[in-house]
Amino acid sequence: MRLPVSPRQIPIAVAGLILAGLIGLGAVRFEHFASFPNLANLLGDYAYVGIASVGATFVILSGGIDLSVGSLVAFTSVLTADLIRHGWHPLAASALCLVLGAAFGRVTGWLVRFFALPAFIVTLAGMFGLRAACFLIAGESVSIEHPFLRWVSSSLELDAGAGVAIPLRSLLLLAVVVVGFILARSTRFGRNVYAVGGNERAAQMMGVPVGATTIWVYTLAGFCSALAGLVFTFYKQAGDPTSAVGLELSVVASVVIGGTLLSGGVGSIPGTLLGVLILGVIRLLIDFEGNLNSAWTSIAIGSLLLGFIGLQKLIGEIGLRSTQTGGSLDRAPPTP
Amino acid sequence: MSPSISSPIERVESTPTLSVRGVVVDFPGVRALDRVDFDAHTGEIHALMGENGAGKSTLINVLSGLYPPREGTIHLDGREIRPRTPREAQAVGLSTVHQEIDLVPAMSVADNICLGRHPTRTGLIRQGATRRRAEAALASLGMYVDVSGSLGDHPIAVQQMVAIARAMDIDARVLILDEPTSSLDATETDHLFRVLQHLRDQGLCIVFVSHFLDQVYRLADRITVLRNGMKVGVWEVAALPKPALIEAMTGRTIEREPQNTASGSTDAAPEALLEVDGLGRRAVLAPTSLTVRAGESLGLAGLRGSGRTELARLIFGADAADEGQVRVGGARIPAGSVRDAIARGLAFTPEDRKAEGLVLDLSVRENILLAMQARRGALRPLRPPQQMQLADHYIRSLNIRTPDAETPVRNLSGGNQQKVLLARWLAVQPRVLILDEPTRGIDVGARAEIESLIARLRAEGLAIVLISSELDEIVRTCGRVLILRDRRTVGELEGTRITESAILAVIAGAGTVAGSHE
Repeated sequence: MRLPVSPRQIPIAVAGLILAGLIGLGAVRFEHFASFPNLANLLGDYAYVGIASVGATFVILSGGIDLSVGSLVAFTSVLTADLIRHGWHPLAASALCLVLGAAFGRVTGWLVRFFALPAFIVTLAGMFGLRAACFLIAGESVSIEHPFLRWVSSSLELDAGAGVAIPLRSLLLLAVVVVGFILARSTRFGRNVYAVGGNERAAQMMGVPVGATTIWVYTLAGFCSALAGLVFTFYKQAGDPTSAVGLELSVVASVVIGGTLLSGGVGSIPGTLLGVLILGVIRLLIDFEGNLNSAWTSIAIGSLLLGFIGLQKLIGEIGLRSTQTGGSLDRAPPTP
Repeated sequence: MSPSISSPIERVESTPTLSVRGVVVDFPGVRALDRVDFDAHTGEIHALMGENGAGKSTLINVLSGLYPPREGTIHLDGREIRPRTPREAQAVGLSTVHQEIDLVPAMSVADNICLGRHPTRTGLIRQGATRRRAEAALASLGMYVDVSGSLGDHPIAVQQMVAIARAMDIDARVLILDEPTSSLDATETDHLFRVLQHLRDQGLCIVFVSHFLDQVYRLADRITVLRNGMKVGVWEVAALPKPALIEAMTGRTIEREPQNTASGSTDAAPEALLEVDGLGRRAVLAPTSLTVRAGESLGLAGLRGSGRTELARLIFGADAADEGQVRVGGARIPAGSVRDAIARGLAFTPEDRKAEGLVLDLSVRENILLAMQARRGALRPLRPPQQMQLADHYIRSLNIRTPDAETPVRNLSGGNQQKVLLARWLAVQPRVLILDEPTRGIDVGARAEIESLIARLRAEGLAIVLISSELDEIVRTCGRVLILRDRRTVGELEGTRITESAILAVIAGAGTVAGSHE
């Protein structure tokens, strides 16, 4: 049997079909569901999830996991709000947060690498530590008020016509996806990430700088989480120490639904964007339904996740079988 | 060593491309390489030979930058190098293709060849140029495959070629191949050899490790032999007959004796408890048949890596056979089913008793009862008094020296650990007992006890298969010996014909008739 796509592209193809199917379902059931403003809003609402997911995709591609995403987003959010409250310019506060996020990721990566600690544990510790730090900075939600931010939200928008303005955060998400895509696919660093996740021992034997790659992956993830935190803060116009709890799990779900193998080595950034959008459309569908309990969002996501892991397992086994029985070597001998 | 062996040569006419001098590598408690010298020249295929544990892999790992040596020097083209990582080794021109092909199956063939050295422009990989470079590297080996496809979609033989193509792309000066043919069939091996000969003729220096003696004689120009971490010598292949090579590898002398490998099967014999018919697995073991009757003990002899352990694992079902069948007491056992094998009365004590056999932190009693409890099922536990009684019985009858039944097995000596392992299997009352190196690493006294225990079990009507590198042990214990080489049966000896030198002669292939594929 010859499939139109190679086995490794099946998950992302399925993710695309599911997204189209969900939007189609919404369009049939509700009048304005598939409208441009509605979908453009969705992109804006999920921009921070998407940005964090791009960073997490690199971590998962390299065979790791990052559980500190939610806490780092909340920490960034609280710190930014607090700094602005104390008279910092939002740009300066943002720059500091990005540096801190990257530095935090770098330390995580360093711990994972040099003490050979499981990423799960290191980032779990980071998750608790950063959440605690949020409460140390501010006991409760801090709202943000700054003329610069008002100017940004009113002036820096892309007028998409028909009275729809695409906010800066949506454009930022798209930019992060494009940069992430190029980084993963077309740089040596990106290829090294795939190699480390695909077979760390082999990567080492092939001369890939495994340690440096791992550290950069977590640095990148920390940076992306901090950027997501900034988007989140300026979107909500507040820094709340209790926000973004469990975000890391939504992020993992997006990445996996987008076709990235949890064991590393296989996946793509555009797939992750699809995963984020699937999560968003499910939430939107249930909102539109009105009287449906919002618990159905989690149930739907959980089922999809299970289905996708199953699909990946299946594809993995088919791939394995085809290798084992995959013909023999009947090529022309070299001509001396 | 007997004087019949030609004396090792020392080349002086040209400087070697790769020159290793006095390399020492220590592992905890073991000196893996002891002042080893090794030279390889441009335009030769140099085989590195030795039994398992002789230090071949360690030397390769030194050359590929995994184990920086404690002492000694490595020179490449007369310049000293000190590779500390695989990356550094590759950078200076030493490229190693390991037995488990170290590539990334999920990535494309092109990525695997160019990883770390992708052609880039302003930091971005040039995909087209990458593909062309990969295609060129493969074409130099006579391979034409779709380099955009995932490596994992290709058969092992192609993956191996990709690994070599990667070495070509690195512009390696020295190509090191560790057991490259272990998962290839005959056609694939032929192709690989043609490629290697072609590369040699183009001036590459190739270091080749294999335990397939015939392949070494087909391919290699010179042979360096290691034994117990030390260099035994280096010979031109033509000047080193196979028996001499075996002598060099094992350190034992072979006396040439008239050979008779016919196997006269006795009629009206006791019940055949273990019948193995054409059992084999691709690239692991050629189809092998054997029969062991009640009260009989069959020895499996051969160099380490000759297929002895592989055969035992296939019989027991620890690895699944591709072909052939196993019958125990007439009942067929499905391939690869350890549970069925145990249920039918098959027992197997593995070579590495610590890694595969005993649970070191559990007590003597618990270790003895493990297999029995597994057979009864978790829902029918033995009552503690019964457990104690059984454990005490075996501690006494096997003379296991332990303070009491509750001592962790870790605290016992090697010989007593081995007895605990035996007791575990005896507790389930097996009909066929397969022992893989039961006396490895234990002292002489305990060894004698285990040998007499084997004799006792045989007298009780068990069928025994004994794998041992101690040929004297096989001679003393076994009524029949099957000899393996290069993962196939090459001969069988029986009764008084079983002598150490006769076994060695068959291993060396001198005068073998039955089952030889030469």
